[in-house]
Amino acid sequence: MTSLLSLFGSFAKIGAFTIGGGYAMIPIIERDVVDKHHWIDKEDFIDLLVIAQTAPGILAVNMAILVGNKIRGWKGALVSAFGAALPSFVIILCFAIFLTQYKDSAIFVKIFKAVRPAVVALIAVPVFNLAKTAKVTWKTCWIPALVALAIWQLNISPILMIIVGGVIGAIMAYCQMNKQKKEEAQQ
Amino acid sequence: MIYLQLFLTFFKIGLFGFGGGYAMLSMIQFEIVEHHPWLSSTDFTNMVAVSQITPGPIGINSATYAGYLASGTVLGSVVATLAIMLPSFIIVALLALAISKVKTNPYFNGAMKMLRVVVIGLIAAAALLLINEENFGEGCRDIISWILFGATFVATKWFKVHPILAIVIAAVIGIIIY
Repeated sequence: MTSLLSLFGSFAKIGAFTIGGGYAMIPIIERDVVDKHHWIDKEDFIDLLVIAQTAPGILAVNMAILVGNKIRGWKGALVSAFGAALPSFVIILCFAIFLTQYKDSAIFVKIFKAVRPAVVALIAVPVFNLAKTAKVTWKTCWIPALVALAIWQLNISPILMIIVGGVIGAIMAYCQMNKQKKEEAQQ
Repeated sequence: MIYLQLFLTFFKIGLFGFGGGYAMLSMIQFEIVEHHPWLSSTDFTNMVAVSQITPGPIGINSATYAGYLASGTVLGSVVATLAIMLPSFIIVALLALAISKVKTNPYFNGAMKMLRVVVIGLIAAAALLLINEENFGEGCRDIISWILFGATFVATKWFKVHPILAIVIAAVIGIIIY
C-alpha cells in the first residue's frame, strides 16, 4: 500500500516545482502518479481530471484531493491536498513577510513600478486567449463586455455575476429543451 | 473579527471559483481590494507579480499573501489558505459520486457553457480595474508604464515569451530607468 508520506512527498514536490499555476501542474501530476509510481492508471486519471475541472476551486487542489482519495481514502485526500499547497504557502508567506518590511526601499519601489504595468498585461492576455477557446463571436461578445462593465463600473461582485450567469445558462437550456419538445410534438 | 472575515471571504471564493486561476483572481481582487480594505491596488498588483514568479497555484498564492497582509499575522495566511481549499473537499467528494449524472445534465451543461463566456468578462474587469493611477501614473498617462504594458502584452501573446521572463525583464528595466 502506498504510504501517506510518499503521497505527501510526491504532491509537495509537484507544488514546489511547478510555476505557472494549476494547468501547468496537471501533466506533472500525471507523470508522477501514473507513469512513475503506477498508483493509478491513465483512464482513472482522466476520469478524475474531468471531475476536477467540473468542480469550482483550485484545479491542482481538486486533482490532489481526487488522486489522494483514490489511493488512500480521505486520509490520502487530505495529505495530497496539503502537500500540493504547502510549498506555495511557505514560499509566498516568506515573500509577504519580506516585502511588507522592505517594499518602501528604493530598489523595490523601482522594480515594482515597472513590473506592475507588465502584470496588468499578463492579466489582459488570457481575456483574448479564452475568448478564442470559448468561441466568442461578434454575436456573443456583448456578454463578457456587459459582465466586465458591471464589475468595473457598477461595482457588482464577480461572484454574483457567476451565480447569475449559471442560472441564466440553465434557464436557456430549459427553454431550448421545451422548444425542441414542442417542435417534436408538432411533427 | 478579521479571521472570521478572512475565512468567510476565501471560503466563498473557493465555493464559486469557476473558470480557473485568473477568474478566481478577479473574485479575490474584488473581495480584498474593492469590498474589504485589506490590500491597496498597489499591494494587489505586487502580489500578482510575486504569484507569477513563485511556484504553485495562483489561488493558494493569493490567499496566503492576502491573509498575511490583511491580518499582519501568519495565522491570517493559514486561515485564508485553508478557507479557499475547504469547499473543494466537499464539492469534489459529492461530485465524484454523481459525475456521470452531472455530466449529462442539460441544465448543468447550459450553466457551464454560459460560465465559460462570463469568466472572460471577470478577467477583463480585473485588468480594467488595475488600469489606475497606482499602476499607470497620474491620470493613467505615464508613457513608460504604457510602453511596458504594451511590450509585455505583445511579447507574451504573440512571441510566446514566458510570463516569468517578462516580469524579470520589466524589473531590470525598472532598476535602470527609474
